[in-house]
Amino acid sequence: MSQPSAFQMPKPVLAIEGLTVSFDGFKAVDDLNLYIDRNEVRVVIGPNGAGKTTVLDLICGKTKATAGSIQFESRELTKMREFDIVRAGVGRKFQNPSIYENLTVFENLEMSYPKGRKVFGALFFKRTAEVIARVEQIAAEIMLTDNLYLQADLLSHGQKQWLEIGMLLMQDPALLMLDEPVAGMSVNERMQTAELLKRISKGRSVLVIEHDMEFVKSIAHKVTVLHQGKVLAEGSMEAVQSNPKVIEVYLGH
Amino acid sequence: MNPTLDKFLGGKQGAIGLAVLATLILVVFPLALDAFRLNMVGKYLTYAFVAVGLVLCWGYGGILSLGQGVFFGLGGYCMAMFLKLEASDPESTKIQSTPGIPDFMDWNQITELPMLWQPFHSFGFTLLAVIAVPVILALVIGVAMFKRRVGDVYFSIVTQAIALILTVLIIGQQGLTGGVNGITDLKTLMGWDIRDDSSKMILYFINAFLLFGCILIGRFILASKLGRLLMAMRDKEERVRFSGYDVASFKIFVFCVAAAFSAIGGAMFALQVGFMSPSFVGIVPSIEMVIFAAVGGRMSLLGAVYGALLVNYGKTYFSETFPELWLYLMGGLFIAVVMYFPNGLAGLWESHGRKWLGKLARKPAAPATPAPVAEAPVASSQPRELETTP
Repeated sequence: MSQPSAFQMPKPVLAIEGLTVSFDGFKAVDDLNLYIDRNEVRVVIGPNGAGKTTVLDLICGKTKATAGSIQFESRELTKMREFDIVRAGVGRKFQNPSIYENLTVFENLEMSYPKGRKVFGALFFKRTAEVIARVEQIAAEIMLTDNLYLQADLLSHGQKQWLEIGMLLMQDPALLMLDEPVAGMSVNERMQTAELLKRISKGRSVLVIEHDMEFVKSIAHKVTVLHQGKVLAEGSMEAVQSNPKVIEVYLGH
Repeated sequence: MNPTLDKFLGGKQGAIGLAVLATLILVVFPLALDAFRLNMVGKYLTYAFVAVGLVLCWGYGGILSLGQGVFFGLGGYCMAMFLKLEASDPESTKIQSTPGIPDFMDWNQITELPMLWQPFHSFGFTLLAVIAVPVILALVIGVAMFKRRVGDVYFSIVTQAIALILTVLIIGQQGLTGGVNGITDLKTLMGWDIRDDSSKMILYFINAFLLFGCILIGRFILASKLGRLLMAMRDKEERVRFSGYDVASFKIFVFCVAAAFSAIGGAMFALQVGFMSPSFVGIVPSIEMVIFAAVGGRMSLLGAVYGALLVNYGKTYFSETFPELWLYLMGGLFIAVVMYFPNGLAGLWESHGRKWLGKLARKPAAPATPAPVAEAPVASSQPRELETTP
């Protein structure tokens, strides 16, 4: 198997090496190596239980690694606290839309504005013109300009997914991680989300977990297939799809 | 309106609610009640400090502390220690074997004022200690619990345990604390007799102004981004954490604020009632304080004050007439709140009271009896934290 971009210039944004996590002896992620380049959209696919979500959990600090390293822009993430990882520039969307349902869309976005993150900063945080401009800009990006003052629980499922993506964009992360962003979306919404991802991946790297192959095809620069916590295959969508090992894993033994 | 002022007052609705409560406490009660009853209302209002703190920390922050009596007690004890030292001057304690120390120490064969008591000769130190001692304890508890992500019902149980431990400690250290009787016979504050009617009236007003101060601080906190963060944390803690916030530090902050409010209440209690004892520290008073907030409305700062007033009035009234019934009634009240009106009186007012007042306003006469006014912006309807209450 190849490890394509590891020794190429420029340096990858995210370099995962030898990453292992075991839960009571079960290795959910096993000696994983993964490199993500600047401006790259990478999709991770794999059957249920392959360890996809666990990899995201490890990167964002929700789960602590048993062994291995995660280098993000030359900083070791495995020893950092969750909020420090976010402040370093890693944004993560959860599988189920995770938004503040009794706040408005505006307030949801404002909450992720990277100022006033400490206790007294939040106490004396002011909604300046700058904040409003930023919120409006992101709202336009995620197609929610008309719903800015709507309470978030009144949004459709797809709009909630976009709102959570918008909340991440507020932080302007260098690495954006999305766990099944189009789950539960209509065909039309999926297309819009694909367009959205293409727009927002400019100037940052995006790591996506997704099952919907049409969607994967439309966004991925490169695809990584995980199986039993290890990389089974990596490459373009076509290459991966014609890989006999991948076909075997997906079609069963 | 000026935006900063607006933040404190909570808009037009908030300002009206505040004005109604202020009229009730500052005008109606002092005019309508005799000195004894007014002092009693003053005592109830000291519990309102705790209830207001609980609205912030439980209603908005989702942190159910069943040990607020600890902070109320510590604030009260700090104040009582100062007053007791003043009441124990060598002249009035000359019949003791060691004059000049508090009487209960003398009874416990203590011959020298303990180190712990020494700084409480200073009123400045005492005022500082009233706030600092409970806040430092809250900080220690908060750091130990929230940094380790102990939350929900586990946190509630730990706070209960702390309330119990402190009670046992106070009762056990009789020579230092006055034991189960507490610190009694408090007489003067810097030479000013706090026992006569006119000084009780003055203390009542000081108490009321401090309470309004706490309510305004509470409003400022809730209107700020921190207030929205508290609600966001209560509902989606992970999302807040992975948006770059140190969730624990916000919980610690609001827990400390609630502790500080409780402590002010405790100190004012010692001043107005003239004693402090472990019966205001333990598990039962701590749970009663949660009931005040729950009945008034855990999402409403003003509602909490009405809750404290009403429940305590009920307690006094029923324990004067049917003493055995009171505990059952209190239990029933709490069950009713949990089952039928999770947002308390303030919630009822929001859903029914306003309409009723609107109808009444169209008729010419009859001003309404002051009813609870809620200022809560968005009250979530599910009583998630309430269900965890034992």
